[in-house]
Amino acid sequence: MEFAWGLSYNPRPVPNLLAVFPTGGSVVKIHEYQAKAILKRFGVPVPEGDVAHSPDEARAIAEKLGGRVVVKSQIHAGGRGKGTFRDKSGQTVPRPGDGDRPLGGVILADDAAAAEVLARGMLGNVLVTRQSGPEGREVRHLLIEEGMDIASEFYLALILDRATRSPVFIASAEGGTEIEEVAAERPDAILRVAVDPRVGFSPWIGRRIAFGLGLEGKQVSAAVKLTAALYRAFMETDASLAEINPMVLTGDGRVLALDAKMNFDDNALYRHPDIKELRDLGEEDPLEVEASKYGLNYIKLDGNVGCMVNGAGLAMSTMDIIKHHGGSPANFLDAGGGATTEMITAAFRILLSDDNVKAVLINIFGGIMRCDVVAEGVVAAAKAVGIEVPVVIRLEGTNVERGKEILKESGLTFEVADSMRDAAEKVVAAAEGR
Amino acid sequence: MAVLVGNDTRLVVQGLTGREGTFHTRQAVAYGTQVVAGVTPGKGGQEVDGIPVFDTVDRAVRETGANASVIFVPPPFAADAIMEAAEAGVAVVVCISEGIPTLDMVRVWSFLEARPTRLIGPNCPGIITPGECKIGIMPGHIHIPGPAGVVSRSGTLTYEAVDQLTHLGIGQSTCIGIGGDPIVGTNFIDMLELFQADPATEVVVMIGEIGGTAEEEAAEYVKAHVTKPVVSFIAGQTAPPGRRMGHAGAIIAGGKGTAAEKMKALGEAGIHVAETPAEIGETVKRALGR
Repeated sequence: MEFAWGLSYNPRPVPNLLAVFPTGGSVVKIHEYQAKAILKRFGVPVPEGDVAHSPDEARAIAEKLGGRVVVKSQIHAGGRGKGTFRDKSGQTVPRPGDGDRPLGGVILADDAAAAEVLARGMLGNVLVTRQSGPEGREVRHLLIEEGMDIASEFYLALILDRATRSPVFIASAEGGTEIEEVAAERPDAILRVAVDPRVGFSPWIGRRIAFGLGLEGKQVSAAVKLTAALYRAFMETDASLAEINPMVLTGDGRVLALDAKMNFDDNALYRHPDIKELRDLGEEDPLEVEASKYGLNYIKLDGNVGCMVNGAGLAMSTMDIIKHHGGSPANFLDAGGGATTEMITAAFRILLSDDNVKAVLINIFGGIMRCDVVAEGVVAAAKAVGIEVPVVIRLEGTNVERGKEILKESGLTFEVADSMRDAAEKVVAAAEGR
Repeated sequence: MAVLVGNDTRLVVQGLTGREGTFHTRQAVAYGTQVVAGVTPGKGGQEVDGIPVFDTVDRAVRETGANASVIFVPPPFAADAIMEAAEAGVAVVVCISEGIPTLDMVRVWSFLEARPTRLIGPNCPGIITPGECKIGIMPGHIHIPGPAGVVSRSGTLTYEAVDQLTHLGIGQSTCIGIGGDPIVGTNFIDMLELFQADPATEVVVMIGEIGGTAEEEAAEYVKAHVTKPVVSFIAGQTAPPGRRMGHAGAIIAGGKGTAAEKMKALGEAGIHVAETPAEIGETVKRALGR
């Protein structure tokens, strides 16, 4: 199929689509059922359905929907349909009625009794998908939806493109598959339409998408309405990604969102208290959740050198130089611009709760963050937490001399480094017990 | 004057009466920056260290001839502050605020497209022309005047690079942090163009990080338009894919935006690439033939 590019003022070639895909301040993820509830509120048609937390609920919802339903596991990771279930002991969960095959994350049930059986196999067990990591995710919610008569499947998404600084629709007639793969292998099969933020959505955008996807007659106006509603939902919730994959055309000519994914800009959460409440802490790393309470940006890795750094770029480079000198970082931790004693104490506690950590490197270049304040925080935190691993500190910047004095006067045994190279060498040696 | 700011810069501080605004304004004044006004709505008529405070940027510009502004207001109000400064005719607006919603910046970008104002940031450390003018939160004392133009997506990593240069006796013409957000007012290519045209700049230091394609695009630009030596470092060589490393922009998506890819593109454009952050200064020294 041939598409006309929707490049009203966007000359970027298609392969770069990949590089701009999930950008924006998107760290807030929600479940499919929550995304569908939001989209529905803005007028995007979605299948009838409800959320179940027990096999009994699954059965009741299926009965209400007329029996034939799809049972969909709700986790914050893609690839659910092709995923497989394991129980807590690591055994593969067999698919009811077909013991040779493992149970997958999204299964069609012929009647309410079958839905109940499927729900029993899914709830409380662990779904492993291509995106979940080998440890998988425990399934605690199921979406029970009416079964649809699907004529064709499409891909439709709205993202924020950093190159054009505008929302861009991405559409493809090859729905239900990995859009990244389609983009890499057949870039011509992807349609991009940028929305000029000064004007907002106009019906021509929806028409270009609908006709581009090969829709006809009444399907076109249905698709235009859906795209307009998707745009409103995206803009009014400060989303960074709204993805409908697949968007389906049913046998009776309806166009609706069979699956939905939304990510939101965490910087805008202050004006969306309702979305903030949708955050599912069970889907996140407990240490990362704890860190976020103190305004710390922490990402756990699998090395043995704990890192506490101010500034994201310096934190990443600190990890890089540890690796360069033969060590392995245990985490990324950006203490931000205005770390208080309380924050540094929390940072120490979080770093040290990782048993793999054999040494800690503190690398602070003070601009907005003053070295004397950092040093006071480090000393107070070290005394409060009780640190049993070697700590290497590299301080530079505003009030650095006073900061170094505070460290020296503390009576604690910090190893002070003069440069990043020196610090990396010292901490890698310390982690190896040298 | 090197680029964008210098002895002629007359600065208005938006958010002067706040804690950060007051602290960093004192540092800027001590450095020698001409701070001519502050703006805090509702506090017009007050003074901070003898600097007059106005209710609006427009008033501040008309009464003091301010030609640059720096923004220290909380993120929910920062986009508004940028547009207010642009509409008042301020030539260079430096936005330090971190955490501005991306859709606010989409609106700001559209607003600025039709106006001559240059925005630096947001979520950036600011800009300094050593010995002349400091606008932002960087420690002034680590800088010395000289031939290196520094442009970076990072804050503290820029200080690290500058500190190495200064220790090697290599001063800086102008250092600018363009910010780590997905949408920023000034990008690498804008700065490469300015540094290429600036007689005081002999070498450009460009510090990038994972995510996006800004470094690759800058590499293309360097190949076509920059005759001065360029040195680069990319942070995040060991970052895991799919995770947001602090900056909203720093995420490796779909296997793209990796440090290895960026370093390859930079190398192919004839740019001197430092392998580790500790080697930035030495690489600049070699590029200058010293």
